[in-house]
Amino acid sequence: MGELYSFAMPTDVDVKYVAHLARLELTPDEEEKFGAQIKNILGYIEKLKELDVTQIEPTAHAVPLVNVFRHDVCRPSISNEDAMRNAPAKANGLFVVPKIVE
Amino acid sequence: MLNQLTLSQLTQKLASSEISARQIVESCLAQIGRVDGKIHAFLSYNAEDALAQADAADKALAAGATHAEKPLLGLPIGIKDVIAVKDQPLQCGSKILGNFISPYNATVIEKLKNAGAIVFGRLNMDEFAMGSSTENSAFGLTRNPWDITRIPGGSSGGSAAAVAADECIATLGSDTGGSIRQPAALCGCVGLKPTYGRVSRYGLVAFASSLDQIGPFTKDVRDAAILLSVISGQDTADSTSIPQAVPDYSATLTGDIKGLKLGLAKEYMIGGLDREVSAAMQAAVKQYEKLGAEIVEISLPHTDYAVATYYIIATAEASANLARFDGIRYCARVDGADPLELYSKTRGAGFGPEVKRRIILGTYVLSSGYYDAYYLRAQKVRTLIRQDFLNAFEKVDAVLTPTTPTAAFKAGEKTDDPLQMYLSDIFTISCNLAGICGISIPGGFTQSPKLPIGLQLLGKPFGEETILKLAHAYERSTVWHGERPGMLN
Repeated sequence: MGELYSFAMPTDVDVKYVAHLARLELTPDEEEKFGAQIKNILGYIEKLKELDVTQIEPTAHAVPLVNVFRHDVCRPSISNEDAMRNAPAKANGLFVVPKIVE
Repeated sequence: MLNQLTLSQLTQKLASSEISARQIVESCLAQIGRVDGKIHAFLSYNAEDALAQADAADKALAAGATHAEKPLLGLPIGIKDVIAVKDQPLQCGSKILGNFISPYNATVIEKLKNAGAIVFGRLNMDEFAMGSSTENSAFGLTRNPWDITRIPGGSSGGSAAAVAADECIATLGSDTGGSIRQPAALCGCVGLKPTYGRVSRYGLVAFASSLDQIGPFTKDVRDAAILLSVISGQDTADSTSIPQAVPDYSATLTGDIKGLKLGLAKEYMIGGLDREVSAAMQAAVKQYEKLGAEIVEISLPHTDYAVATYYIIATAEASANLARFDGIRYCARVDGADPLELYSKTRGAGFGPEVKRRIILGTYVLSSGYYDAYYLRAQKVRTLIRQDFLNAFEKVDAVLTPTTPTAAFKAGEKTDDPLQMYLSDIFTISCNLAGICGISIPGGFTQSPKLPIGLQLLGKPFGEETILKLAHAYERSTVWHGERPGMLN
């Protein structure tokens, strides 16, 4: 299938599934409202399929820089205390999280 | 009233010991006390800390420090709540960050401090810089000083309103699709978005990393040049900043623009353009001809695709960038039985509606089966949009446009229709996609009510000197920038 025809039609977006991918809890009201609004926005975005872009290179960002490296040397960083300063839960200089493994 | 003066005017008065830095800060604090209850540009500020910085500047001045070494010595600069200032709150206009306190300074803050500036206050914004009206802040609206029933623009609405209401001498904001230029236009001040890579993004909370830039809001073009010279330059902490020398931008403000070629894009003469904005644009064209610029018609054929391209690329990048707000290392955590539940609940409770909507859209356009159709296609159209500008800049030195299709709209007018809100960014968005620079300057007023109209100059990559020169020549031959909102009189 040519790229010109591969554009998805604005179908109903499965907001519940996408919200799960995004780790974002939504209320049923939000799911309904965002579903309708995003369908509307995707309908507008459809206009991009008017263009033939088969021969066009993508632009990830506008600056022609590649592979910017720094020297592999130690340099100062923020302290453990500063890094932990905004932690919602901490103990012994570590972040406390819910149990992951049974 | 020192708070009404510009950076360059105050510099002279400080240098001649006519005034002190403390008096400048006191004057700004008094103005905030008078008007910020109505405007709500500031989320917070620390008066004691600002006065202590002012006293330190006065001491340095007394000891012989000069503005040649420290160009902003003793001058207060307000900061949008998306740029990290060590030991100050950083909330990005959002509830999700809780009581976050920055552990370090953004590079632009280090540069301001090295230049002697007084870094002052946290300015209101649309949550995570997503919006065009500052109505998406979790901490309440900012009002337009020209009419408090209207929005100041966004996302840097607080930064624009604070300058327009003389609460601060100059401020910093960030611009991803017009978030500096659009509020500058709607509030009647000068706002500049530098070329992508001109200013370090280190310490700027990322919205869309390939589009974001930090830039100044000021009362005149000279001040924008002064501030841009201070904050520009390559930074080892931002690998997308460019190793290009930083000129003294104010040296370019000669007033002589004879022979410069100014492009008018036929695609920007759209139907939705307000009659008075269109008239201001025509008057500006005449003015530029009178000043000796040559007007050239150009074409930017992919203009009509810019908004759609932007809302794919910006939301895709945002959905990835905002993954870091998960309630583990920071954020107002909402507990869950397992990490997954904790993430979802924390993010569901902490993000506002516009941020959620964009995360959903961004996640969708990147999701399996849709990536090629949306994200990859948008990146290719981005190439075409950038090429439009590079072609145009072979014929002209800059492009002149209105900054916005209309003057400031009423609060609440567009909140229920995100697409209409997005379309109000039509003239500013291409600049970020193309990675070029742009400035908005006052270009007139609507009659009734009296509201500012903005003119935009778009320049080549690293063409800031040219757009500043053109902006300055127009400014000094017109009266708009000297007008002040009625509520301040």
